[in-house]
Amino acid sequence: MNADPNRRFTATPQVRRKYRQEAIAKWIFFIMSASMIVPLLLILGYLIQRAWPSLSLGFVLDVPIRGMKEGGIWPAFIGTIYLVFISLAVSAPIGILAAVYLNEYAKENWFNRIINLAVINLAGVPSIVHALFGLGAFVYAARFGYSIISASLTLAIMTLPVIIASTREALASVPRSFREACWNVGATRWQTIKAIVLPNSISGILTGVILQVSRAAGETAPVMFTGAIFFKAVHKGDVFPYRLDEQCMALSTHLYNIATQVPDVKQSIPFAIAVVLLGLVLAVNAAAITLRVWLRNRKKW
Amino acid sequence: MTAAKHIEVQNLRLAYGTKEVIHDISFDIYRNEIFGVIGPAQSAKTSLLRCLNRTIDLSADATVSGSIKVDGQDVRKVKDLYGLRRRIGMVAPLPVGLPISIYNNVAFAPRCAGMTKKSELDPIVEQCLRQAALWDEVKDRLDSLGTKLSGGQQQRLTIARALSHQPEILCLDEFSIAIDPVTTMRIEDVLKELRKEMTIILVTNLTQQARRLADRTMFLWNGEIIELDNNEVIFGHQPKDQRTRDYVLGIFG
Repeated sequence: MNADPNRRFTATPQVRRKYRQEAIAKWIFFIMSASMIVPLLLILGYLIQRAWPSLSLGFVLDVPIRGMKEGGIWPAFIGTIYLVFISLAVSAPIGILAAVYLNEYAKENWFNRIINLAVINLAGVPSIVHALFGLGAFVYAARFGYSIISASLTLAIMTLPVIIASTREALASVPRSFREACWNVGATRWQTIKAIVLPNSISGILTGVILQVSRAAGETAPVMFTGAIFFKAVHKGDVFPYRLDEQCMALSTHLYNIATQVPDVKQSIPFAIAVVLLGLVLAVNAAAITLRVWLRNRKKW
Repeated sequence: MTAAKHIEVQNLRLAYGTKEVIHDISFDIYRNEIFGVIGPAQSAKTSLLRCLNRTIDLSADATVSGSIKVDGQDVRKVKDLYGLRRRIGMVAPLPVGLPISIYNNVAFAPRCAGMTKKSELDPIVEQCLRQAALWDEVKDRLDSLGTKLSGGQQQRLTIARALSHQPEILCLDEFSIAIDPVTTMRIEDVLKELRKEMTIILVTNLTQQARRLADRTMFLWNGEIIELDNNEVIFGHQPKDQRTRDYVLGIFG
């Protein structure tokens, strides 16, 4: 202790060292955070620059012409929307309800432990394995053939575990004391879930589901194995060009085909597809963030 | 006390996993009395209440033996668990305003019991909020969120909710630790009124609160009853057990 009152609060060497370390630590963390967004900006900038000659709203709405060497990407764009929408229409209800069971009802026993383990492991399975599974299960065993329905179900299986995990996290963020208060007044678990748990976790649940849109839209292998087609003639701007038992084009597989299978493609087209795909993903993520912020502002405790 | 037995606890044992926390205790609680339970932390006071309304069932590793009878009926053999919980009002130590409107906080339990008409719910909501000494403060904003109330108000809301299903037993688990002394005194006055209609179990860390309110007080320590007697004895000059005397005098605990 420094007893001299005049010397109180003056910087000793130790204090100066402390400040220096603090400053260094702060800058290291800042630089790491900043460098995180550099690759994103570089990728975006490079893609947009290369894609620029082709980029326009018409590119999205037009159909490909001259053996896909020119024109737009409408069939692939609408196909991706089909796949994403149907796969999530299947996986979101199943995933959310399963997560409610696992988080609100399941007791600690071997059966539920196996389910938990399955969910965690399924989330880590590479997409090419899902693709093979979808090929065997939906295309051949269930006789759906190469079709939108097979591809969507494959994507659904792939997104399901992640939806379960994110939903459970959202449910777990509702304080246990709320549940206990409800049980104490004689409410059943379902009454508690309906009145308290779901209304207060819906923002997290929806965010988790929406984030899977980008994953389903970007996956290539599962779609290629189960329902993607090289080319399908579709009218410009036709919103319902596919039947569910038909194969469809998709943005991710279209990009792969254009880039590797079609000779003499206009150079900017693959990049433009990439930009559309990326834009779709970023737009969906932005929507998720907006929704989350909006719902968080209405948070009730 | 000549009143009828309301709750009979016989040879109650409770273990979490292999660790026994309540060791073979037996006691009775009479109708319309305020029954104080005092004791230091880890003396299984809260666990005792959870055995009574069977929220102990929610702890997977808890094993209960012995019996707790309410009006002669063993709660562990009750078929309608939710009906049982409605007979027992439970107020937790920390105030919990549910993230729904004040009105719905109180109307929640009656609704769960199947009451849906507004004409039936309105009087219950008003009566319970009045009983919990909260009505005057919230009557103009019944639609605002229960979670937006102050801590003391939320605790009274919790009490109103516990009363909303018209229980015959009211358990208060250290209800005053999160609220100020003035509010505490107001709630204590409410309890003196409520005892005319129901039996009250008052678990408290404040020995003086048990002294003020209770008719009889049980001193629980490490899951055993050290002493259970009328307040005049427990808080008098000569409780039977030296530990009781030391605890209520504040020599330990």
